[in-house]
Amino acid sequence: MSKRIAFPFLGLFRGMGMTIRAMVTKAPVTMYPDEKEIPVPRARGVISLDEDACTVCMLCARECPDWCIYIEGHKEEKEPAKPGGRIKTKNLLDRFDIDYSLCMYCGICVEVCPFDALFWSPEYEYSEPQISDLLHNKDKLGEWLVTVPEPPALEA
Amino acid sequence: MNFLLFLGVKVALLLAIVLTAALVTIYVELKAGSHMQTRIGPYYAGGKWGWAQPLADGAKFLQKEDLAPAKADRTVFGFAPYVVMMSSLAIFAVIPLHGSFVATRLDLGVFFILAISSLSVLGVLMAGWSSANKYSLIGGLRAAAQLIAYELPLVLAVVAVVIQAGTMSLVGIVEAQQATLFTINGIAISLPYILTGQVVGFIIFMVASIAELSRIPFDMPIAESELTMGYLTEYSGIRFSMFFLGEYASMVGLSAIAATLYLGGYGVPFLPQSMEAFAGPAVLLLKVSALVFFIIWIRWTWPRLREDQLQSMAWRWLIPISLLNIAVIGVFKVVL
Amino acid sequence: MTSRELMHRSEVAVSVELETPNMTLNIGPQHPSTHGVLRLIATVDGERITSLEPVIGYMHRGYEKLAEVRTYAQITTLVNRIDWVSGFANEVPFILGVERLMKVEAPERAQWIRLILSELFRISSHLVFMSSYPLELGATTPLMYVLREREYILELIEGLTGGRFHPNFNRVGGIKPNYGGGSQSKKQSMDLPAGFFKSTIEAMDRMNKICDDIDILVTGNELFKARTVDIGVIPAEKALEFGLSGPNLRASGIAYDLRKIENYLPYDQLDFNVISRPGGDCFDRYMVRLEEIRESVKIVRQAIDIIPSGPLQAKVPRILKVPRGQVYSRAENPKGEFGYYIVSEGGKMPYRLKIRSTSFSNLSILSWVLKDQLIPDLVAIMGSLDFVLGDVDR
Repeated sequence: MSKRIAFPFLGLFRGMGMTIRAMVTKAPVTMYPDEKEIPVPRARGVISLDEDACTVCMLCARECPDWCIYIEGHKEEKEPAKPGGRIKTKNLLDRFDIDYSLCMYCGICVEVCPFDALFWSPEYEYSEPQISDLLHNKDKLGEWLVTVPEPPALEA
Repeated sequence: MNFLLFLGVKVALLLAIVLTAALVTIYVELKAGSHMQTRIGPYYAGGKWGWAQPLADGAKFLQKEDLAPAKADRTVFGFAPYVVMMSSLAIFAVIPLHGSFVATRLDLGVFFILAISSLSVLGVLMAGWSSANKYSLIGGLRAAAQLIAYELPLVLAVVAVVIQAGTMSLVGIVEAQQATLFTINGIAISLPYILTGQVVGFIIFMVASIAELSRIPFDMPIAESELTMGYLTEYSGIRFSMFFLGEYASMVGLSAIAATLYLGGYGVPFLPQSMEAFAGPAVLLLKVSALVFFIIWIRWTWPRLREDQLQSMAWRWLIPISLLNIAVIGVFKVVL
Repeated sequence: MTSRELMHRSEVAVSVELETPNMTLNIGPQHPSTHGVLRLIATVDGERITSLEPVIGYMHRGYEKLAEVRTYAQITTLVNRIDWVSGFANEVPFILGVERLMKVEAPERAQWIRLILSELFRISSHLVFMSSYPLELGATTPLMYVLREREYILELIEGLTGGRFHPNFNRVGGIKPNYGGGSQSKKQSMDLPAGFFKSTIEAMDRMNKICDDIDILVTGNELFKARTVDIGVIPAEKALEFGLSGPNLRASGIAYDLRKIENYLPYDQLDFNVISRPGGDCFDRYMVRLEEIRESVKIVRQAIDIIPSGPLQAKVPRILKVPRGQVYSRAENPKGEFGYYIVSEGGKMPYRLKIRSTSFSNLSILSWVLKDQLIPDLVAIMGSLDFVLGDVDR
């Protein structure tokens, strides 16, 4: 069983001194939403899409552990550069949705993209009252592109 | 007719004072407690400092649904909060704000207070039993043991004061503390009882009153991290707010009693008689605030004691010490 | 039941020795003090527990089954979430196991960064314990003080990896080398960001300070000592019998630390002690974790001076195919020994991934240690074992 409470009670009063000192110090509180903390540049907030760079290779959709990226594309033929030349086909995106209600924010899609079409951005204020609004389509993903920061400088 | 009108005015005034004191105490607990935890607490309710938070909470409680568990004993369940509230409010009837400014000038003031405040034990037991919840039952059983155990040191500490003062009336005790002990250069010095041999009694009284209030470090009946509010688990809405206000009103009440018995009540040293009407209540308010703040300070700093440690502290330490206290005070009263 | 029914019942059962039947108390999945959704079916006699049966599985997420249909890179991201308080420490044994199967060794700098991150997460996990344990015993202030200091550690981790709790930073052969790994034109390195050393040193000073503060506020508090000393004593043989590990085992007197025994990261170049206390009660488990924070601070400070420069990941093929084989790799999670048994058939996905999670074994001692204890002691003992339900149920 437990020991009896020993005299004297000095330890108790030292603890009380600590709380009273904390009471008179200014509280380190950030008054959200009037003041906001700025996240670090590498913070994984939201994924943004550069539509022109995407070639619909489907690597990101394949590698996603949650399969939350939905891609549809079609091929278009471009005019050959000179007459009689090869007809080039280009892949164009019809649909590129990331479902943020499923997304794990792991970053595998950003990492495996061979064409630099996906970028991380530290934006975090995109919560919605309806869960279906968390499916960001390619226009919305393109809007996040302006928030992508410069990568931070590295340690010397 | 005149008597009934006077009575109505006194009751209304008393309720107003007590409920205001309880609300202010709730606000101080929220704010001071938050700052002790390096956070801000209520901020947006009612302007800059969130002073309207307790009022907002009260309004929220008023508009809640009247819930009771299906198997609960409805009559007892509904009645329990009011028993606790009643005993908290009744003790204010005899606390003197000034020599003639007291709701009822009872000769048995101290006796009345101790008797009425022990009725709250009944309310807590009723709440714990009728909630049809095993956690509430455990909380109620713990409360029964704890509150009864700590009644004794409370009573015995007060007995020592009564012996020293020679009267059970609260006004009489304050006046006994204002009696001149000795004079220095022609100025009469009178000391409150805490400085004339009642230190041990004061400590015992404060410890016992924190235990009677079921506050940390003695809050086993509530024990938020084990029993999710113990005997209060099934209460919500107006019933919960009755318990809540009752607890804070008791806190103010017991502190007021401690201030009256040990710290000199409304008596101010070195003050001519004419100023006493104004200074008396202000000084009492100051003393009560200091004690209430001390109780709040303890709540936010220490962990809670286990039930058997509580009990052993009451029965093995506090009661013998308070009996010894009585003996010593009695001897000194006769000898000196 | 109504009071009238009980009145009739008691009239029937009264005798000289008042017989009170034992009550079955369901300390249910929703409870303030079980660290997650754990159900304990306790039979209590008044306040004393006569028997206890833990029911787990409320948080089973099927990690081992999920791992059968995920590639190794994908499993690394999932595995962070097993013991969500110590995210990186869940990845490390998995990646080490895969590296052993592929016979690849991570470069020096990668190993040192893994070490620093493991120790930062160890500090973070022990800080969570520091904040929640006094809260279960009734002291409400250490929670706020400690979690505020933990923010500094989480900021460090976020600055380096991008995620606060789930860094997802290990890759086979090292750590994540580039921001967008597949791209040929823009390679932004995920090396330590500027100011990392300075912020780390500041954060470590703060960790020492919060340990001192908690020493004053909690450890020196006589009420806290009265609640934890001599409560829930686990002798050393019982600890070994039930498979405890980590601070729980070290508090019972057995100085077993995988960091010293199995050198899975360059711990042998560092100077630190293995904290162990002979008692085995709740106070000892608490003190071991408190002292371990200080040891981890020492480790991080030394590691920052030693860390060499170099590449962040060894050369591995883009599409990872792990050769046939099986391996059991383990590491020192903040909560104990955490191990993976990986069976690979030579494909992109493992055939079988078995997770030896620390809290599952730490929890198994509950029905033994909680016999004949009081209900408040149940809370104290469960808190001191420091298990996380995600780890128990996987």
